Amino acid sequence: MSKVKYYSGFERFWHWTQALLIISLLVTGFEIHGSIELFGFTKAVDYHIILAWSLIVLWVFAIFWHLTTGEWRQYIPAAPNRIFAMMKYYAIDIFMGGGHPFHKSRKEKLNPLQRMAYLSMHLVIAPALWISGWLYLFYSDLEVVGLEGLGLMGIALAHTAAAFAVLAFLVAHLYLALTMSKNMADLKAMLTGYEEENND
Amino acid sequence: MSVSLLLSFTLVFPAILLAAVEKADNGLISSTADHSQFKELQEPFKIGPDVTEACLKCHTEASKQLHQTKHWNWKFTNPETGQTVGKTEVINNFCLAVETNYPRCTSCHIGYGWKDASFDFTSEKNVDCLVCHDTTGSYKKYPAGAGHPAYKDKPFPPKGGKKIFKAVDLNKVAQNVGKTTRATCGACHFYGGGGDGVKHGDLDSSMTNPDSKLDVHMGTDGLNFVCADCHTTDGHETQGSRYNPVAKDKHGIDVIGRDDKSRATCESCHGLEPHPETVNNKLNEHTDRVACQTCHIPTFARGGKPSKMWWDWSTAGRKTPDGKPIKEKDKNGYVTYVTKKGHFRWGENLEPEYRWLSGNIRFRSVGEKIDPTQVVSLNVFDGSYDDMDARIWPFKVMRGKQAYDKVNNTMAIAHLFGKDKDAYWKSYSWSKSLANAMKAAGEEFSGEYDFMETEMYWPLAHMVAPKEESLQCEECHSKDGRLANLTDFYLPGRDNNGMLDIIGWLAVAGTLGGVSLHGFVRILAGRRRKNS
Repeated sequence: MSKVKYYSGFERFWHWTQALLIISLLVTGFEIHGSIELFGFTKAVDYHIILAWSLIVLWVFAIFWHLTTGEWRQYIPAAPNRIFAMMKYYAIDIFMGGGHPFHKSRKEKLNPLQRMAYLSMHLVIAPALWISGWLYLFYSDLEVVGLEGLGLMGIALAHTAAAFAVLAFLVAHLYLALTMSKNMADLKAMLTGYEEENND
Repeated sequence: MSVSLLLSFTLVFPAILLAAVEKADNGLISSTADHSQFKELQEPFKIGPDVTEACLKCHTEASKQLHQTKHWNWKFTNPETGQTVGKTEVINNFCLAVETNYPRCTSCHIGYGWKDASFDFTSEKNVDCLVCHDTTGSYKKYPAGAGHPAYKDKPFPPKGGKKIFKAVDLNKVAQNVGKTTRATCGACHFYGGGGDGVKHGDLDSSMTNPDSKLDVHMGTDGLNFVCADCHTTDGHETQGSRYNPVAKDKHGIDVIGRDDKSRATCESCHGLEPHPETVNNKLNEHTDRVACQTCHIPTFARGGKPSKMWWDWSTAGRKTPDGKPIKEKDKNGYVTYVTKKGHFRWGENLEPEYRWLSGNIRFRSVGEKIDPTQVVSLNVFDGSYDDMDARIWPFKVMRGKQAYDKVNNTMAIAHLFGKDKDAYWKSYSWSKSLANAMKAAGEEFSGEYDFMETEMYWPLAHMVAPKEESLQCEECHSKDGRLANLTDFYLPGRDNNGMLDIIGWLAVAGTLGGVSLHGFVRILAGRRRKNS
């Protein structure tokens, strides 16, 4: 058993800052949506805008980091049979005490299902949030880019739909991250960067 | 000098200053003419028109200018709609119409002697200079004097009235003329509809000397604006009329020599983007769809004077068993029922109602067809979310019940004031009163009448609060906020798509339920494996 460094300093900074920002954005966003009352609409809007720009800056750095380190390859989809194996594991084998079909390594940090999940986050949900959020923020100036025909309702609903997807994602992510490894090894790894190699 | 005398001086003196001829910073009077030195104004005046004749000796064009104005003609053709409006043309749900009620209504006319339809609108001496230019505060038109003040001490009402209108000293008033003030404009505009604060809701006697909290521009402890600072005049025509308001000023700050001569919109001074930009620029981004007044007049009738909100003519005419007129008052002393006029409701510190307004305000006219099963709007206007020239405006909505012709389904007006037996306030007979007024207006009247509910929209533009007290976002961006009834657009914080929310929360709850079940089964399965 040896300790392997899975997550670099930047990666951990990115993950935890993003976690904080996304949860805060969900809270302020659902207040703007009218689901909860916490800060009041005025402050919720101001906080939401500051948080959103912070997340955008963070994402710009994260994209740069992924491209320059080559870590973006972690999200390349695995072969279908490997994905099915993971699905079978979560659906059946896990209850039977069967072994995990995936072996985590520095080169392949994400299991085939995680790859799919994060890839759809990066390519579908996040862009939907960025684009609809920007349209929402700059709604009064959309004629500059010739988009004044877009209704506020459509923009708002798209943004809300994407927010629901993020919230559902967060729920599933927390469950998997906190219960799938022995003694919270996944959590510890994301905090310290290091994980025992034999853990699965 | 004793302390108490000193105190009374400091308290009384500012009031005297306010009512005096305007002084410049150097202590001299602002005007280049001291009217008390003119011998034309030393000669004794018997009646108001004598004074006007003296004025016209120097101000040769004044009456000709006034003859062009709404203030004189009570008639105005709106260039936008082509409709002829003005006090003589429109119907309201206060005292209904001017027709046949001249001497009472025209006590607020800027002229002398409009006692019936035969009034000579070309008479120069019948223009009343003093009612607008008095600085002494002693010139008051007698309420039923067709525009004349009291020339000898006179009670109102004429028989047995308790309020005495003192004989005016015309020479003193004439020698102290000056620019218009809040008090001179307010002498009529604060008392429209028959009493203090009755009509507008944002104009009442509390605006004569308001503090900055009541009106941030006119506050005597601050900017001390007079009406004409915004309602600029050119050749005596005053800018900023409710008959054709600028619902959306796209022009911004008006610069002398380059722009129009009107400063009657907020934007004339404040421009189109008056708010400092914070982390967001949302306030400035609202100015294209929300009128300044909407946020900056949080409530109206705020100065301690209530405004009339409901007037039910249908209950007028009731008397005590022994035939005496009835008068009922609320706990603040405001009349809630009077035999002559029916039931009233008053309101103070009220939230406005909000509507889209782009302009094209049209008014009901006498004899116009109406649908009495609906609440009839006495004025209608354009505006909707899709109308890019429209902004959300605050209104006082005056509601009440008034008579209509039951057979023809047309608007009817009433002859209220007069000594003849057709006058409602003499005979309490609606049939006679309505027949008389309809005949005078040249309209058909079947003789049968009933009462219908009406509403009238009065856009608000005064009683602008200090910025700290303007509406916060939550007032509208919330489920049951001020814009709850303005539903033709998506308002963040108020609106959502019910289906999307159901699907969204189901997805979240489904995920939560799914992982919980998954975890639960894992625990169960783990135990079973351990046991076996």
